Amino acid sequence: MKKIEAIIKPFRLEEVKDALAHIGITGMTVSEVKGYGRQKGHSELYRGAEYVVDFLPKIKVELVVGDEQLEQVLDTITEAARTGKIGDGKIFVSGIEKVIRIRTGETGSEAI
Amino acid sequence: MENFGYIVDTLFALFAMTLIIFMVPGFAMLEAGLVRTKNVTSVLTVNTMIYAVASVMFLLVGYQLAFGGWENSGMSIYAAFLFQMAFVGKTVNIMSGGVSERVRILPIALFTVLMGGFIYPLVVNVSWGADLLAGTVLDLTMYDLAGSTVIHSTGGWALLAAIMIMGPRKGRYKDGKIHVIPASNIPLVVLGALLLWIGWFGFNGGSVGSIASKENADTVALTIMNTNTAGLAGALIAGIFMYLRYRKFDITMILNGALGGLVAITAGPDLYDIHTPIIIGAVGGALVVIAVPLFDRLKLDDPVGALSVHLVNGIWGTLAVGIFAAEPEAGITLLGQLKGVAVVAVFVFTVSYAAIYIINRFLPFRAGDDEQVEGLDVTECGLEAYPEFKRAF
Repeated sequence: MKKIEAIIKPFRLEEVKDALAHIGITGMTVSEVKGYGRQKGHSELYRGAEYVVDFLPKIKVELVVGDEQLEQVLDTITEAARTGKIGDGKIFVSGIEKVIRIRTGETGSEAI
Repeated sequence: MENFGYIVDTLFALFAMTLIIFMVPGFAMLEAGLVRTKNVTSVLTVNTMIYAVASVMFLLVGYQLAFGGWENSGMSIYAAFLFQMAFVGKTVNIMSGGVSERVRILPIALFTVLMGGFIYPLVVNVSWGADLLAGTVLDLTMYDLAGSTVIHSTGGWALLAAIMIMGPRKGRYKDGKIHVIPASNIPLVVLGALLLWIGWFGFNGGSVGSIASKENADTVALTIMNTNTAGLAGALIAGIFMYLRYRKFDITMILNGALGGLVAITAGPDLYDIHTPIIIGAVGGALVVIAVPLFDRLKLDDPVGALSVHLVNGIWGTLAVGIFAAEPEAGITLLGQLKGVAVVAVFVFTVSYAAIYIINRFLPFRAGDDEQVEGLDVTECGLEAYPEFKRAF
């Protein structure tokens, strides 16, 4: 099992979610996060003085998939989240030791 | 029907007073929106406390000190009192707004006792009231219908003294650079500014003093119309200036511009024709746009722009009467207006500076750096304005 964390542009969330649902992904967790990479921030103006907004709003999508589905899911997210402009985000993959479904107590791939 | 005029004017004063009291939530919401969320409860507490403290002080000593007695033949004395009382809190509101996010509640409440009970009533005494200075070389001849000087620059001078003694918010000016602290809630800023705008109709309209004749009714309506016009012009010019200079529309500056225009018209809205207020309000709005960055460069940290709105435009509005409505036969001259501005400035600034300096020795006005970092809601009030983690379900 692998955990995928994808940092994407907020307005691509719908596309990513729909594309994932289309290939049979049944659940994910999203959170509003802020950050920057090469895109850096931008400057804003308040009462005649400029200031830099370092952190830009992003969405973090987290999901856990079986090893066999990993490549397909990564391709799907990459394609759905891409705009071609700077700041499209990154995807991180890591191993998962254990998964438990709270309601039933199922573990492992059953619980995904 | 013999008491008709008395009854109508009493009703008018009560109505005007009600409109003016709408400025209490006006100031409160404006300030709550312009400060960071961690200081909102504290700002609202200060607003509520100074309204109560200043008004009670005015009841106990201020009114007597200002007017020399409790009599009024034109309307019920209670209505006359309430109308005058409605103004008191405004003077301190102007001042407390500019020291937001660092001022502690107890010392400012203590200063409000002095402001509501003595400093403001003495200014009223020499301008609208019993006139202690009559016959002396300092006797004020300035025309100030609703208080460009008596209220707005009075609050502004006290604020300047307070800012000079207290210093800026922690982290506002770092290594000679201006660090921007953006507003936390723009909708509240808009609500507050427009409540103030509406309150101004009672502020200036009510100051005509009587509506119970055809002539007076006309004067009241003209006053309110001119008041509104100056606000419109101030908002427009501030918006246009900001756009020309920065290519951006900053709503906080547009609203400050409107309020600047409203302060500027307050000295003589009953004297002008219907077009002059466009010029007076426009200059007021332009002054705000120029003054806000200027005070920042002087390291006078004013989170809400009260110095630019009330002090600068209180002075401009009072002088504007001398420029646009001078009537030497009636005793209205530019020199007389200038003298009024100067006498009030020297008196209020000196007394406020001394009072704040002395109080500050025993009860510091400025919250410590750590308290400011944590937020005054926690350290001063023990109650956060927005306690939920993001939002409640």
